[in-house]
Amino acid sequence: MVRFVDGETRVLVQGITGRQGRFHTKLMLEYGTRIVAGVTPGKGGESVEGVPVYDTVAEAMDRHRIDASIIFVPAPYAPDAVYEALDAGLDPIVVITEGIAVRDTMMFVAKARRSGVTIIGPNTPGVIKVGECKLGIMPASVFKRGRVGVISRSGTLTYEIADHISSIGLGESTCVGLGGDPITGLDFIDVLKWFEDDPETEAVVLIGEIGGDAEERAAEFIAEGGFTKPAVAYIAGRTAIPGKRMGHAGAIIQGERGTAKSKIEALEAAGVPVAEKPRDVAKLLKELLS
Amino acid sequence: MRLLEWQAKEIFREYGIPLPRGRVAKTPEEARNIAEEISGPVAVKAQIPVGGRGKAGGIRFAETPEEAWKVAGELLGSFVRGVEVKMVLVEEKLSIERELYLGVVVDRSSRAYTALATSEGGVEIEEVAARSPEKIIRMTIDPLEELRPHRARWMVKQIGLEGRRMLSAADILVKLYRLAVEMDAELTEINPLAVTPDGLMAADARLNIDDNALWRHRDLLERFGESELLDLTEREREARRLGLTYVELDGEIGIIGNGAGLTMATLDTVQLYGGRPANFLDLGGGAPAERVEVAVSFLLSDPRVRAIFINILGGITRCDEVARGIIAARERIGVDKPMVVRMIGTREEEGRRLLEEAGIHCLDSMEEAAERVVSLLGGD
Repeated sequence: MVRFVDGETRVLVQGITGRQGRFHTKLMLEYGTRIVAGVTPGKGGESVEGVPVYDTVAEAMDRHRIDASIIFVPAPYAPDAVYEALDAGLDPIVVITEGIAVRDTMMFVAKARRSGVTIIGPNTPGVIKVGECKLGIMPASVFKRGRVGVISRSGTLTYEIADHISSIGLGESTCVGLGGDPITGLDFIDVLKWFEDDPETEAVVLIGEIGGDAEERAAEFIAEGGFTKPAVAYIAGRTAIPGKRMGHAGAIIQGERGTAKSKIEALEAAGVPVAEKPRDVAKLLKELLS
Repeated sequence: MRLLEWQAKEIFREYGIPLPRGRVAKTPEEARNIAEEISGPVAVKAQIPVGGRGKAGGIRFAETPEEAWKVAGELLGSFVRGVEVKMVLVEEKLSIERELYLGVVVDRSSRAYTALATSEGGVEIEEVAARSPEKIIRMTIDPLEELRPHRARWMVKQIGLEGRRMLSAADILVKLYRLAVEMDAELTEINPLAVTPDGLMAADARLNIDDNALWRHRDLLERFGESELLDLTEREREARRLGLTYVELDGEIGIIGNGAGLTMATLDTVQLYGGRPANFLDLGGGAPAERVEVAVSFLLSDPRVRAIFINILGGITRCDEVARGIIAARERIGVDKPMVVRMIGTREEEGRRLLEEAGIHCLDSMEEAAERVVSLLGGD
């Protein structure tokens, strides 16, 4: 069961007193996100932007009603923060942190999936329900409330594409960053299932990149009828060379697998048009929705 | 991070995985001494961080210490698959009856380690997967559990092992899995796992460690020396020293972007318009002017780079900081190359004003900017 956010979601920020945590707490509050508490071990009793800080998640839970968590804790300590959020029953848990070891992610994701909790990330810009709740680090200015759902493995590329979708007047419903790591809590299929049932979403954009086979599996899922709304895709990394990591830990072609070509072919075979340039995504959407 | 064979084997040895006798040599004389200690035929193997070295002549055999001296001399300093050989591993030559394969890899779709085994050892696993996928036995290991010996026995039985050899291979697989977990392996392989009259032996060893877990393995970096472990070009090494996220490509248009996805899309778009990117360089989020200056200077001083395309979508990255960095780099390096800047987002106006004053024009659209930079170099 995948769970995202809306205007009612009450949020905890873990790692709230760090540079990033502080900065984005301010921006999320400005957006209207209902941040009710923060946690940084050893900093209990302080406050950030008027938000009370606790030493432990348990203490924050005692004093507030909280639904979801967003984590800005440095990589070596982030897994413990995830377990703390899981123990407290928070859902979803957004893990912004970049650079978490794959084995750590493997373990907390396994635990979360077993208990039916949604983990977004790691190494994600987060999730935004446009106009209601921003649980992430994305710049608010590129989004406008509308009908297109966005699922992406990348941050700035999502903003680039969302900006075009907003400016041609379609706008976005919910945008989800899966994360740039090899293993993430959610994949395209998990989110496609959610968008299929989301009445506010009329079409979906998949923004993929080289590495792994998540796009190919999503294409198969769409081809088999698992997702029936219009979909458009963009895949980054046509020029990438095998064996080199392109910035994201997960963006690497290993052997013959994970190339842009294989992803583009799979999506097109499933009837999903793939844009050549970021700008063309919005145009393709407009054609499909007109 | 990909370890060399001899480094991986040192770690395999600590886990009790059976290995041929041998040591690494940097000179032909050392190779001869090791061959003397082994006192029998030896294999002399080039230590390079790329696969397929056997076919490329990177593995040679020698009957005597003198011959080992000779072939080591031929391999050392030569280039195998484009990589200079700085060390050779000198090992007892095995008499191999059969070659098998055991591996443990991070499987992205099942979000877990997967153990792999096949009777078709000695060739790359990708090749087996393409040719006869039914011969690869796979088993996903629950991250919250462990690899139980009975499941390892079930696996190796599928690849045709019986009796003591089955027990021995299962034991090796359990050890390999424990090694994968404890060493944060992205991938670890024994290929081939040699069936010899003296039992099973890891004739080759591969271990790629997750870069994000290196903080847990500082001792390893000290032991083997970080620079030797990194499969990077000269320029990539320099970029790494400067703290840049950089990948070298073979074109002539230098590219800088913010965010991995956007930077990759920038490369793709440039290529779509017929340009050839010289690199991938991701500034990351919130780059201050100093980091931008380092990045731009790095490309200005690269003689391969004939024009530069900077593509910024400012969220937490501020356009005015980027502009200041670009201008500072031009002043510092004193080389002027054609530059196309696309910059939108946070503090866009201030950034543009600074650049216009320095004579650099800014564009709104990355597609237009890509087209522009390609046309600047057009005609040859």
